[in-house]
Amino acid sequence: MTRAVVTVIGADRPGIVAGISSVLAEHNANIEDISQTVLRDLFAMVMLVDLSEADVSVGKLREELQKAGEELGVDVIVQHEDVYRAMHRV
Amino acid sequence: MSSLDVEEVIETIEMIRMRNLDVRAVTLGINLLDRAHPDPEELARDVREKIVEVAGDLVEVVEEVEDELGVPIVNKRIAVTPCSIVAASAVRKEGREAVLTLAEALDEAAEEVGVDYLGGYTALVYDGFTEADEAVLDTIPEAIEGTERLCASVVVADERYGINMDAVYRTAEAVKETAERTDGHGCARLVALTNAPENTPFMAGAFHGVGQPEACVNVGISGPGVVRAVVEELKDVDFRTLHDEIKRTAFKITRVGELVGRRVAERLGVEFGAVDLSLAPTPEEGDSVAEILEGIGLESCGCPGSTAALHLLMDAVKKGGAAATSRHGGYSEAFIPVSEDAGMARAAEEALTLEKLEAMTAVCSVGIDMVVVPGDTPVETIAGIIADEAAIGVVTGKPTAVRIIPAPGKEPGDEFEMGGLLGRAPVMDVSDYRPTMFRRDGRIPPKFPR
Repeated sequence: MTRAVVTVIGADRPGIVAGISSVLAEHNANIEDISQTVLRDLFAMVMLVDLSEADVSVGKLREELQKAGEELGVDVIVQHEDVYRAMHRV
Repeated sequence: MSSLDVEEVIETIEMIRMRNLDVRAVTLGINLLDRAHPDPEELARDVREKIVEVAGDLVEVVEEVEDELGVPIVNKRIAVTPCSIVAASAVRKEGREAVLTLAEALDEAAEEVGVDYLGGYTALVYDGFTEADEAVLDTIPEAIEGTERLCASVVVADERYGINMDAVYRTAEAVKETAERTDGHGCARLVALTNAPENTPFMAGAFHGVGQPEACVNVGISGPGVVRAVVEELKDVDFRTLHDEIKRTAFKITRVGELVGRRVAERLGVEFGAVDLSLAPTPEEGDSVAEILEGIGLESCGCPGSTAALHLLMDAVKKGGAAATSRHGGYSEAFIPVSEDAGMARAAEEALTLEKLEAMTAVCSVGIDMVVVPGDTPVETIAGIIADEAAIGVVTGKPTAVRIIPAPGKEPGDEFEMGGLLGRAPVMDVSDYRPTMFRRDGRIPPKFPR
């Protein structure tokens, strides 16, 4: 299963969740989990996204989400779930 | 969230985006022994063919993995079987021209597959010279001048065999001539080694050892910036707590290297070799080993206490890293190059002297690295520096190296620009007194085992 972690960082404003999730929906990427928090002075939204049925690669999805993020005035980071699992799980 | 912790996600992002966490090098080792041929032209053609065949997809695959994982992978490289072995029969037939033809072919192949460096213009002479070793050693300056990507190394000493002092002197001559032919810059592609690891991903010393498989991927991690941030945050903790936190960080950094290495090797259809745990600094702001040491507690790297601080750092990095990969390899130490580490280059204008740098290498492999000295430094003095570092390697059993740049026309205090990731450094002062020992021939014996 390919899962990506999508992190959105920036100042809070209406439409961020909608803007990001519409890109995911367009590509049939399923949001499995979503969490918002204010951490180290950053507003952060973290999504776990299942890409097994999606029509894009992680790289392509990153490109599109970053473009959407630019329009929304937020920073979007997309990484493979494996990176987190490797680093933080023994 | 489904076992993903938001704080961990943010920490990872912080490491990559703000602390320069990346994978420094993915190096594909390729065996060339099956292409050995007495005719230099045929040898060159076969070798080029094989490199393109095995490494043709390397850059594409690495970029694919980089894109997929979202972790930057900085350098893609190739290491090949030492030329002195591959070209032995061709040297017998055509002499030095055979290795120069091979050097050219290797450089062309490296360019064709798009890697930044190819290592393996190597002579293994710690216990004496073969005819082909001599051909490689004698042609290093010419080979470096005539190529852009080729890296040369001379293994001058080994803990089991001692120090080949003739090789030390001849390597110093090669360093000097390379500097003169390339205005100093070529010396970044030439290194004198002791206890050379056969699976390091780092240049200039990478080559594919004869005990290695047909092809394998070795990975060099990075991360001084990440460790530095941890040390900065822990100003008031005791040594053991600091050690523990560095260890945890090293674990995380190494896991990224392990993940990348496995994936690249799998997609290339070759074996995954080892992860080199070395902390490799860059001239980027904050990505400095010197600043980690200063964060542990030094006014300026190189002042008294530096060797102890480096020991603490290395021990923690190795213990954390070793838990994160089942196979560590290469040097697996902190690199303390002067020009490539902006903090080190600054320290070289403050507390750091060449002699203290040498002392620090007693607790840390890699040795005297990317040190710029005056252009008129005598060959004997360079040979003395190489011999001292070799002695440390022979006694400690660690891999040590010397990569030194006698910059033509430069004097102590002048600035020397290497360019790009190689950075810049002040020209360091060397002793005016020179060793006279190189009037003697032969070898210094190995250490008596304890």
